[in-house]
Amino acid sequence: MTVLEVKDLSVAFHTEAGRLEALKQVSFCVPANRSVGVVGESGCGKSTLINAILGLLADNGEITSGEIIFEGDKDLARLDPTAMRGLRGLRIATVFQDPMGALNPVLSVGRQMRDIQYRSGLSKRDKDARSVAMLRKVRIPDPGSRLTQFPHEFSGGMKQRIAIAMALMMEPALLIADEPTTALDATLEVATIELLKDLQRDIGCSVLFISHHLGVIAELCDEMIVMYAGEVVESGTTREIFHDARHPYTQKLLACDPARLSQRVARLPTIAGTLPDLRRRPSGCVFQPRCDRADAQCLTTPPSAVLGGSHIAHCWHADIPLGAMNA
Amino acid sequence: MSSEDLLSVNDLRVAFRAGGLSARLAGRATEIEAVSGVSFTLQRGSTFALVGESGSGKTTLARTLNGLQPVKAGTILFEGQELQGLSNTAMKPVRRRMPMMFQDPVGSLSPRLSVRSLLSEPFVIHGLSDRDLNAEVTRLLALVGLPRDFADRYPHQLSGGQARRVGVARAIALDPVLVVADEPTAGLDVSVQGEVLNLLNDLRDRMGLSMLIITHNLHVVRQIADRMAVMYLGRFVEQGETEAIFRAPHHPYTAALLSANPEPDPDRVHQRITLPADVPSLLARPSGCEFHTRCPQAQRCCAVDVPIPVAVGNGRLTCHFPLNT
Repeated sequence: MTVLEVKDLSVAFHTEAGRLEALKQVSFCVPANRSVGVVGESGCGKSTLINAILGLLADNGEITSGEIIFEGDKDLARLDPTAMRGLRGLRIATVFQDPMGALNPVLSVGRQMRDIQYRSGLSKRDKDARSVAMLRKVRIPDPGSRLTQFPHEFSGGMKQRIAIAMALMMEPALLIADEPTTALDATLEVATIELLKDLQRDIGCSVLFISHHLGVIAELCDEMIVMYAGEVVESGTTREIFHDARHPYTQKLLACDPARLSQRVARLPTIAGTLPDLRRRPSGCVFQPRCDRADAQCLTTPPSAVLGGSHIAHCWHADIPLGAMNA
Repeated sequence: MSSEDLLSVNDLRVAFRAGGLSARLAGRATEIEAVSGVSFTLQRGSTFALVGESGSGKTTLARTLNGLQPVKAGTILFEGQELQGLSNTAMKPVRRRMPMMFQDPVGSLSPRLSVRSLLSEPFVIHGLSDRDLNAEVTRLLALVGLPRDFADRYPHQLSGGQARRVGVARAIALDPVLVVADEPTAGLDVSVQGEVLNLLNDLRDRMGLSMLIITHNLHVVRQIADRMAVMYLGRFVEQGETEAIFRAPHHPYTAALLSANPEPDPDRVHQRITLPADVPSLLARPSGCEFHTRCPQAQRCCAVDVPIPVAVGNGRLTCHFPLNT
């Protein structure tokens, strides 16, 4: 069963300086009970993708083509706002980067957790009991007495766990997590990933996990997609991408991660050049201006998907394996 | 203090008031020590990294060095001058020598000022507006590798990496000796992070800069810092040479931090040291060794006796039962 299927999704923004194509023919699937990671540099369209799925695009943004099929029968790209509101928080939940910003500072944690259950029809006491159970699941010690406390009385890691508890409260089918561990230190980051893994198994939801931290994606996700300038350039299982990346962008991105360097180097690797202006997309392959393998074909014709099975790379030169580039 | 020492901090304490009258009447703690007895020295031309989780006091320490936070006790010697107790006016020339780069590349630039104004501002503030400011702006943009015409852009027209370069340019405008950088690469992509770190390394070599870097990215620390310190609840639990600490961490917290570092390899078998996730509150510091509530090595005496900092190799350590010794 597929929880979320994005097909040929394109999103454009109308700006003063012209039409900006933020997403171009993005396609991927989130199967049931799986975690799918989305990586890419800032500006590659990660946030636009989430907003399109949640129906929260800015007023000047527009889905120009494609479908977002949720639970097999609902096309989120065309759903009316009322129906969309019925899904958000109930079937699709989100955890954002900043745990403090996700919680209301002037309401107690218990009140906020009660409020998000407004559609459950439970009594106040039952709602509170569920809140306590959920807080216990995210390993907040002594949860019963902490319901009356306010967000500022919790540490950063705890606030993020409370945000996760609130997101999973209604047992959604899909959890969208946007850089949820960026604000945490390494020990808390790992603890949060472990927690997400456990909860995902418990509740049986799927996770769409957005991050630019490659290590976190490697730990948490079963599958991943790599985005560049609003396009999916490569997708596959996490193992395929980390061990056998075929798109030159993915290969360069992996090589840039200082975590891959076992000792100190004089110069850290970087990707030369900058993201293209999305108002004037380059002809042919979108990565071609920064790619050292680009030839005549790359300049004129957008590459189609190659490689087999679940592993897809949009590149004319996807035959060169990861190790060959470093050598 | 030897002549090689640029900055020497001794037993620094910074406190914030917490709780009101009711807390005082109830006999609860009325202040929290965000920085609690920190000592270290930074040598000329070297880079020192502060690591620790959010809330461990890294940013407070950096702000205190810059005189943005009053000192409760302790001394800060910078180029032989005692900074503790200096007035705002007296701090001004010091800040010129020790500028600070704040967190959030875009947020730390005023949205209403053009890059030209942002880069001229340090000169105006320090009474140097008789210099050819346009020439200075061009010089600074070239130093940080931005095209000339960026002078007329505004912060919202910059990417995170470009905004960070402008921040670096502001920091180095007045030929400083020490740059204090708070999370210089947080929120940047790996490729852009590499560019910014390469730039900082270049400037350090070319201008003979020293740097104090605050980060929670351990991979960054290894690439840029000569020495590092690990902070926990406002104290240094371990400090020393970066490579030595990465090779053989002595403090259990350092070891846990290093083992927790997520690696970009799904098949890697981790030998993780898992810590209970509950960081104690500064209002109720644990007794004895403050790490004992989460420490996998803790024994009975850890909850009672406060460990005394001891010298280990080239560094210092605060632990009753250190590892790898």
